[in-house]
Amino acid sequence: MEFRKHTLDNGLEIVAECSPHAYSAALGFFVKTGSRDESDANHGVSHFLEHMAFKGTATRSAADVNRELDEIGSHSNAYTSEEQTVYFAAFLPEYQAQAVELLSDILRPALRPADFETEKLVILEEIAKYEDQPPFGAHEKCMAAHFGSHPLARSILGTAASVTGLTCDQMMEYFRQRYSPRNIVLVASGNVDFDALVALADRCCGRWPPFDAPRETHRAPPHRGLQVVHKPAAVQQYVVQISNGPALEDEDRYAGRLLATVLGDDSGSRMFWELVDPGCAETAAMGACEYQGTGLLMTQLCCAPEDTAENYARIRDLLAEADADGVTDEELAQAKSKIRSYIVLQSERPVNRLFAVGGNWITRRRYRTVREVIDSYLRVSRDDVAAVLKKYPLTEHTTVAVGPLQDADQIVGA
Amino acid sequence: MSQPIYTHQFENGLVLIAEPMDWLESAAFSLLVPAGCSRDRDDRLGLASLTCEMVQRGCGSRDSRQFVSDLEMLGADTSASVATAHCSYGGAMPAESLLETLAIYADVVRRPHLPSDQLEDARQVCIQEIRSIEDDLAQKAFQELRWLQYGNPLGRSSPGTLGGIEAAVEDDVRHFFQATYRPNGAILSVAGKFAWPRLRDRAAELFADWPAQPLPDVEDSPIAERIRHLPQESSQTHIGISYPSVPYSHPDYYDARAAVGVLSDGMSSRLFTEVRENRGLCYAVQAYCHSLRDRGCVLCYAGTTTERAQETLEVVLAELQKLAAGIAQDELDRLKAKLKSSLIMQQESSPARSNSIAADWYHLGRVQMVDEVRAIIDGLSREQINLYLASHPPRDFRIVTVGEKPLEIPVGIS
Repeated sequence: MEFRKHTLDNGLEIVAECSPHAYSAALGFFVKTGSRDESDANHGVSHFLEHMAFKGTATRSAADVNRELDEIGSHSNAYTSEEQTVYFAAFLPEYQAQAVELLSDILRPALRPADFETEKLVILEEIAKYEDQPPFGAHEKCMAAHFGSHPLARSILGTAASVTGLTCDQMMEYFRQRYSPRNIVLVASGNVDFDALVALADRCCGRWPPFDAPRETHRAPPHRGLQVVHKPAAVQQYVVQISNGPALEDEDRYAGRLLATVLGDDSGSRMFWELVDPGCAETAAMGACEYQGTGLLMTQLCCAPEDTAENYARIRDLLAEADADGVTDEELAQAKSKIRSYIVLQSERPVNRLFAVGGNWITRRRYRTVREVIDSYLRVSRDDVAAVLKKYPLTEHTTVAVGPLQDADQIVGA
Repeated sequence: MSQPIYTHQFENGLVLIAEPMDWLESAAFSLLVPAGCSRDRDDRLGLASLTCEMVQRGCGSRDSRQFVSDLEMLGADTSASVATAHCSYGGAMPAESLLETLAIYADVVRRPHLPSDQLEDARQVCIQEIRSIEDDLAQKAFQELRWLQYGNPLGRSSPGTLGGIEAAVEDDVRHFFQATYRPNGAILSVAGKFAWPRLRDRAAELFADWPAQPLPDVEDSPIAERIRHLPQESSQTHIGISYPSVPYSHPDYYDARAAVGVLSDGMSSRLFTEVRENRGLCYAVQAYCHSLRDRGCVLCYAGTTTERAQETLEVVLAELQKLAAGIAQDELDRLKAKLKSSLIMQQESSPARSNSIAADWYHLGRVQMVDEVRAIIDGLSREQINLYLASHPPRDFRIVTVGEKPLEIPVGIS
């Protein structure tokens, strides 16, 4: 594997992890923009714009874009997060040129008003789909409560009201503020011809006008609180709890992830043995999530409403115990073994490496090999985990419950 | 560049099939035992799932904690699931952990403790799963649809019923285990990096003395009902449609598969174009082939807000019926590109190949090599597919809706 990089005159960076023996290649434009870069007035625009990129360009209709992506047999898609909008395709190496040309073109979408109105209906359906799906918005509601006035409080999809109110002009304006070549990285992995990639990217993207696209990245203040959302039609009760954690740029993020694995991995963790293995809960899990300038540890619980208070108390005790005593050497070794194996297995597919390389570059402007990432985990000690717990106490959290229960007492106990 | 596939059938009936993928650092296995939910007693629906849960609670020399911890230290990412015909255990891991992991799974399927003191915990885990599906409306629609399509017992859903799980006692689990965990009818597949002689010899040590037992046939009976509505307070109406098709083992299977691909594979497919792109009716719409050993069907799903559900149903049904008129050459060309690239990318994933060769063996009694499938895809012709569609037009629909209002089923549809 060889890491290559190049910067076009307009600031667009091109980075690639080239593996000449891979069966496939993957390519993605990583745009450093997402829901945290929105305002109340254009809430949901990042994700909506991601959809509109597939609705045609100056020279292609929506049908052309879809047809051509299929003609090269690609597995292509896009996603929007709080911080990134990523357009990507995995394909066989002989289609590299078509893939570069096509993905570059959709990064300059036509944003036609008629397409905008039709696609708005699709987004509203997507919002309705998630409303119907467990955990019934508990995650978004907890992010909103935890982050308060911080930009990360905004949900990625937006709300039915905010999306309905969006105009095509607002989207154009957002595009003009965020889709600067200085704010985009073209990432490739697998069996890539890097020199050809650079030459073609220069032709396709070299004239995109550059400008600054700054982002507000202040750290979120810790919040506490409990919110209960009544949903009588649900069978199970869903509880999401967020506490602060290491940010993307913090070295202690590896310790944070290992901590989450020890406490709340979906198998072999403390929450697994205490709640899932005995069948007290369908889900009791913890994960770490990092953003620029801030991060979080999120616990999720799904169980029968009548068992919620008891399960909640068990989780509260587990978290308090971790805050006080940390983790054991044995637990840490097991978590390292799991994460190491997971990283190795994931790295066998170029498309997975695309997200690892792209995510790292867009947030930290660094390339790290699989080995380097694994070593960062292996170096974590019990003391490092204890330091994370001291800095970000798990017992300080924001909680949202969604389901048949109506009162806070039914969740946290009288 | 497919490599030879190794096959070895033990005298007791167990088949070992292995596909070397020397370019990977991982290995994956699938172990299928004929302990699927079609063998549940009618008054113990869910027993296959409960047994699957119980066999993983200690086996051989390990109690349940040691079992999980040893697998995690080996870096094995494992799973277990119950389907109609089989219970499948599987996992992916660093190549050097393969033989040790297989030894643990030999204990799972041959020497489980089935500990009495864990029956209640295992039962609660199964109950959690049944309750969670109640909240997942799309999955609920599919569950009902398969029941209408395949009847009893082939259309059952593996989690079973609360009544069945609650009625099960220790002896039920023991009897089910003794009757269905056996080498005849079982398949062990391996893909990834391994040395064949060592793998074959180790498998012989682990499984060759596993005694065979007679396996009775499963009797089945169809369901007369074709349309079902489940009232549910929800944002969307979840629509499931199925119709009979040929099974995987049928000589026409790839023609049927290609026709469904034109309907649903890729962003230029007919359902995506007509339902989502042109009308904005849905976020999610899809169709795919489903196969049992001796019969198959096409399963189709669309989720849409209540007020647009009637139109969505009509547009989807119209597209399904239109398929009988045949497909165009450019549609087939795009599909071939997509199928071929998927096939080649499968070679970047040991678990994908391991699952695929196990399924081949179950359905065909042999394994199709990658080159062979590629030749079949190359050989697909529009004329042949259209002849197939003319003689097998989509009809005899089963329709399930989950949502606030029942829909009007167009005359002559079912």
